[in-house]
Amino acid sequence: MTLFIYDHTFDGILSCIFYAYEHKTFPDAILSDADQRPLFIDEWHHIETDEKKSQRVWTALERKLSKSAQNMVLLVWLSELPETEMLLFGYFRKIIDHQHGFEMNFGDSDVLRVKEIARKVNGEAEKIRQFVRFQKTKDGIFFAPISAQYNVLALVAPHFRSRYPDQPWIIYDIARNFGLYYDTHSLQEVTFSLQDLKSFKSRKLENEKLSETEIYYQNLWKEYFETIAIKERFNPKLQRQHMPKRFWKYLTEMQ
Amino acid sequence: MHINIPVRLFNLHTVNEKTLEKLKILAGAAKYDVSCASSGTTRGNSRSQLGTTSGWGICHSFTSDGRCVSLLKILLTNHCIYDCAYCANRRSNDVKRTAFTADELAQLTIEFYRRNYIEGLFLSSGVMRNPDYTMEQMLRVVKTLREVYRFNGYIHMKSIPSASRELVVKAGMYADRMSVNLEIPSEANLKLLAPEKDFESVFAPMRYIQQGMLESAEDRKKFRHAPSFVPAGQSTQMIIGATNDTDRQILTLASALYKRPSFKRVYYSGYIPVNTNDSRLPVLATPPLVRENRLYQADWLMRFYDFKADEIVDDTHPDLDLDVDPKLGWALRHPEFFPVDVNEAPYEIILRVPGIGVKSAKLIVASRKFGRLSSSQLKKMGVVMKRAQYFIVCRELSMQTVNELTPQYVRRKVTQKQTKAAADLLQYSIDWGE
Repeated sequence: MTLFIYDHTFDGILSCIFYAYEHKTFPDAILSDADQRPLFIDEWHHIETDEKKSQRVWTALERKLSKSAQNMVLLVWLSELPETEMLLFGYFRKIIDHQHGFEMNFGDSDVLRVKEIARKVNGEAEKIRQFVRFQKTKDGIFFAPISAQYNVLALVAPHFRSRYPDQPWIIYDIARNFGLYYDTHSLQEVTFSLQDLKSFKSRKLENEKLSETEIYYQNLWKEYFETIAIKERFNPKLQRQHMPKRFWKYLTEMQ
Repeated sequence: MHINIPVRLFNLHTVNEKTLEKLKILAGAAKYDVSCASSGTTRGNSRSQLGTTSGWGICHSFTSDGRCVSLLKILLTNHCIYDCAYCANRRSNDVKRTAFTADELAQLTIEFYRRNYIEGLFLSSGVMRNPDYTMEQMLRVVKTLREVYRFNGYIHMKSIPSASRELVVKAGMYADRMSVNLEIPSEANLKLLAPEKDFESVFAPMRYIQQGMLESAEDRKKFRHAPSFVPAGQSTQMIIGATNDTDRQILTLASALYKRPSFKRVYYSGYIPVNTNDSRLPVLATPPLVRENRLYQADWLMRFYDFKADEIVDDTHPDLDLDVDPKLGWALRHPEFFPVDVNEAPYEIILRVPGIGVKSAKLIVASRKFGRLSSSQLKKMGVVMKRAQYFIVCRELSMQTVNELTPQYVRRKVTQKQTKAAADLLQYSIDWGE
């Protein structure tokens, strides 16, 4: 089998495409240096990421892909699924080799899969917009830990930024150990020390770090949440279907 | 990391210990209103305000009954001068009564909003003194939110039946959505259960809302910055199963409402007996949730599948079939319409096939020009072949259709597999196989 080794960047994938067409050789797998190599490799190629080349590939793709398909490609990249490299490679090849409009051929398994994964990543971003729960700290910063299935933090940041323009917040992805901090002017990436992270893993900030009214509002919210359920309609299965259990540990009302 | 931001001094005088008690009473009394949508309007933000609205609406939580929590749904007060048989807050009930102050409720909304608990406020109320007095009190809340707290999130406001035009129009300047609940689908039954109300008391405010919306649309053609009026339109709710009204009456009424340009949603609420010992009301062991679900499916068909009410229910079938969804029900009554060739038929025809939803119909139409589609491709696109197989032809599939097998047989086949699913039928999961 033929193997491409790349640097695990989006530009890298585009550079793989350039290399493949240039050398008329197409990979059976695309891996990064850190990945485990499979057995029985016939040949491997080290693909240098070259921004000029990747830009040329992207320009060619832009001509053939609608804005929404370009966006889907980006979402697939953010999925970080193991199949991402080969799926995008196959998809790009088909787009390049076919007439404009091939992105609408959902009878093709790659085209359909790109759409499916994009939908899942979008769905995860929406779940984060739904289920983020801010706790107000003594510093006046609204803090929310999450652990997202896909790398969607950058996708949801604009939503919170425009929603709370005067409110400093941190949304921290514990699964990826990085967060975004909005200081009411700009966004920046933040990473906590392991020790801090450990205390966040317990999901809740210790009371002494919270604003003095925080617990009070949390209790009001919990009380509200309990009160509005209609017991004659009790349906925990439906509740879990809409609000998967993996989110519960961050939900104030489920504590 | 430590960032020094001055602790905002916090005023605990408006929201206080009593708030918790009030919240319990006034949220508990509001919960039977099913509408919770925060949809229908997209509004970005300028830096001077707090909040946005996002077109599709956001559910922030789900209660143990599986219902969406999007807005802080609450009554301003549960005092009420009316005595409606179906309502927990009726005058003759001996319940604890209380009321929020405008600032207390506004502040509560803001604090919940800042923590991403909610999309905004759904404000309803019992009727204090008279409808106009009540509307004025409610107006104070939304005015405080918009003008004092600069709140730009979603506000759904109930219009009180019989409220004056002037106040409805004022409220419409602050609210994203307004609603007046019809509650009972026929006037005779409404008068029986709610002696102080009639259809006119409900339809009049609905008209005011609609006129306000149309006038505002005209104004905005002339002046780009004219204020928008109830940009997310209006909705209403009907209680299902408290009276003997048929699904045909309910759906015909809903369909007439949807013809009005301002109407976005009709909600159906399975009757839950909150008042026992009222001989005007039926005794139900469980709320009619299956019927309610079928009504939502029928409603969906009218709004997104171009079905007419009289195709879903008619003189011979005045009530929906509880065993099969209304789309399948229609297909079984019209075998002559099938089979549909998914590789040839127009979109609207494909949409009529049981097991094919809006999404998969769009995928089919987009993809078939690249080659004739096979059943395995259809399956991947989300078509539920279990149902669709009896109603379509595709590349290789020329199997037996509903015509050879008879509708009775198909019905038996499909419901057989469904019995278990029907047992835990879910309220809002409207599943056409998408």
